[in-house]
Amino acid sequence: MQTDPDIVVIGGGNAALCAAMTAAEAGARVLILETAPKPYRGGNSRHTRNFRCMHSGPHGPLVESYSEEEYFADLLKVTAGKTDEHLARLAIRTSEECLPWMIEHGVRFQPSLSGTLSLARTNAFFMGGGKSLVNAYYRTAAKLGVEVLYEAAVTHLELEGDKITRVDFTYEGQKKSLSPKAVVVASGGFQADTDWLTRAWGEPAKNFLIRGTPYNRGIVLADLLDQGVESVGDPTQCHAVAIDGRAPKFDGGIVTRLDCVPFSIVVNKDAQRFYDEGEDTWPKRYAIWGRLVAGQPDQVGYVIIDSKSLNLFMTSVFPPLKADTLEDLADMMGLPPDKLRATVDEFNAACGDDSNFHPTELDNVATTGITPAKTNWARPINEPPYYGYSLRTGVTFTYLGLKVDDHAQCSTASGPIQNLWAAGETMAGSILGQGYLAGFGMTIGTVFGRMAGREAANYAN
Amino acid sequence: MQTDLIQEARRQAEVCNACRYCEGYCSVFPALHAKRAFSDGDITQLANLCHNCRGCYYACQYTAPHEFALNLPQALADVRVDSWESHAWPGGLGKIFQRNGVPIALAALIGFALLFMIARAFGEEGGERYYSVVSHGLLVAIFAPAFLFPLFAIGVGLRDYWKTVGGEKVRLAHVTQAFGAAANMKNLKGGHGDGCNFEDEDRFSHARRAAHQLTMYGFLLCFAATCSGTILHYVFDIQGPHGLFSLPKLFGLPGGVLLAFGTAWMASLKLKSDPELAAQNAWSGEMAFILLLFFIAMSGLALFVAGSSAVMPTILALHLGAVLAFFLLTPYTKMAHGFYRLAALVRDAQSGR
Repeated sequence: MQTDPDIVVIGGGNAALCAAMTAAEAGARVLILETAPKPYRGGNSRHTRNFRCMHSGPHGPLVESYSEEEYFADLLKVTAGKTDEHLARLAIRTSEECLPWMIEHGVRFQPSLSGTLSLARTNAFFMGGGKSLVNAYYRTAAKLGVEVLYEAAVTHLELEGDKITRVDFTYEGQKKSLSPKAVVVASGGFQADTDWLTRAWGEPAKNFLIRGTPYNRGIVLADLLDQGVESVGDPTQCHAVAIDGRAPKFDGGIVTRLDCVPFSIVVNKDAQRFYDEGEDTWPKRYAIWGRLVAGQPDQVGYVIIDSKSLNLFMTSVFPPLKADTLEDLADMMGLPPDKLRATVDEFNAACGDDSNFHPTELDNVATTGITPAKTNWARPINEPPYYGYSLRTGVTFTYLGLKVDDHAQCSTASGPIQNLWAAGETMAGSILGQGYLAGFGMTIGTVFGRMAGREAANYAN
Repeated sequence: MQTDLIQEARRQAEVCNACRYCEGYCSVFPALHAKRAFSDGDITQLANLCHNCRGCYYACQYTAPHEFALNLPQALADVRVDSWESHAWPGGLGKIFQRNGVPIALAALIGFALLFMIARAFGEEGGERYYSVVSHGLLVAIFAPAFLFPLFAIGVGLRDYWKTVGGEKVRLAHVTQAFGAAANMKNLKGGHGDGCNFEDEDRFSHARRAAHQLTMYGFLLCFAATCSGTILHYVFDIQGPHGLFSLPKLFGLPGGVLLAFGTAWMASLKLKSDPELAAQNAWSGEMAFILLLFFIAMSGLALFVAGSSAVMPTILALHLGAVLAFFLLTPYTKMAHGFYRLAALVRDAQSGR
């Protein structure tokens, strides 16, 4: 760009792209500053797969209907009420008009993926997943004249009074500055900054795995918070799930999930069980297991199943450890063999009639007389070979973020910042106080991204 | 079969099976997701089902530099080409031609053209037009075996393939479904109907599908022209050259034009596409195959234009030389893909998905 752009969008994922496209369509000259190199562009959106969408009747790939009330009730359940009802309902209500907009901007949907039928009514799946969505948006943005710089790391936004006056960033080894009319921050949470995560969580956070992009280090977020921009959310809250302990430190994404917990017993490193593995179906429980595992010594869990359960869940990318005896499996997993044997024996003795076992429904096949109980799918672990997986906490994104109003605008204690808007994970804590609802991150990103783009363009024009 | 290629494809398929984001793109993923473990035969079948539309590559969050380093289009292409090589009969011939097309196709062309020039020297006097260049008897003596032998060789290879992938008894419904998928190249539509990724990274277009269909239907029309000419000759005793409104011409002219245009387009698309997503070291073999088809189409059309002029015998020799090379090399070049692809589609139809 010859002169400073009208709008700088910080970040290169779904929310950033929605903001950039919307602003460009409103006639603004937009520059995206994406920290990641091109192959890793798109932040956590690369790893997403669907968009939770309200709809009053069959809508694109979605069947039946999903009302605002039901959607909001689902949100209340997972957040235990810790949400901002006004913003949440705004996101929910706007999601319906987003779906056709997404299609117009190049996103393609596909029928609910195998193994995810339970989401066919509520969640629209991107054909090819989030990276294909990101690719389509970059193509559309380019056609709209949006410029993109990759490996452009924003270091500082200069806040003077109630305005951002300068954006500092590094690009191709040089320090650069721009003075756009408006800025949209859509650069995610801080989960990839292990030090920050450790300050918030304590030492255990060092053992957490980061499921998504290594580029969300919260640099812009910290810079703005330091300057008194209002924040929302609890720094200890995040979308965290239990994933395969062998997953890479960063960017393991969807394939590291482990769906076998309901058919297993899970023990800690002392070979003791610590929670009801059969409390509910896995899609409703994988998030709380992230926290459960985080609470165990060394932040690790060990999943033990036997041969009769091996084919009941989706394959993981890492094959399980396998042994003919529990003692051998314990040795392979670094667990005390005698203690594992004792735990399994005790568990098996507490199992009763399992003739009503049903892998996809709550079957009430429960243990009696042990603590913690296993309240569904409780079958004895007694048919070799035995299989084991390790479980660790995988963080998707942190909830401490920028507080926004219902125009996606940021503020300080003395009032709104005239030319700063935020969208996506960096402000999702405004709506998600705790817990997570599958596909809701993309809803927040799309709704608030478009809103931020529109508002910023209005201001800049 | 090369076990390292199959093992690499298996490693990647296992990652795909834990992800499933690409389920909507083509037939490969539903087939893949139906398995928990992959035998060598399963991988071979998936490889031949793959049309290299590349949608999955550009959508993949696990491509390099990610440590999982997925490149499923290439992994499957490697297994696929290897499967054609190893199923080719007699053994070894596939290995020579699949990946080393340019010099060999050229050598074959020149050799056959020379052969025909010699034939002309011994040709019968007084035959009508084409037969004044090469006698009908000599033509049949050369082309009948050159046509029948490759068919037999392909049959042997396909029988071997069917065993490898655990094929069942073929029913008409399977064949109908497979031919339907091939007829409109369903697997290059990308699931959403926007086409595939090929000539411009992640941009979806129908260019490759269209170029392929022009080539395929052009080829089939040319083949129909040959067949109708043969039938006219033997059944109705009507000998060529045929008039403009005869069946051989009605098939052959548009067929030649489609084939020429399709192959030229295909070659230009291939030049723009990323070779890293195709089979390793197979580029020259594939390009030679496309150019050979182009040459056949163009020389056939030139023959029509040349009429009885002085250059006709030379063009005829080149054309027939190219056709002969094409027939003989069919089981050992990219042409084999059509047969194996159809077999894979039939096998996939048997799954009842």
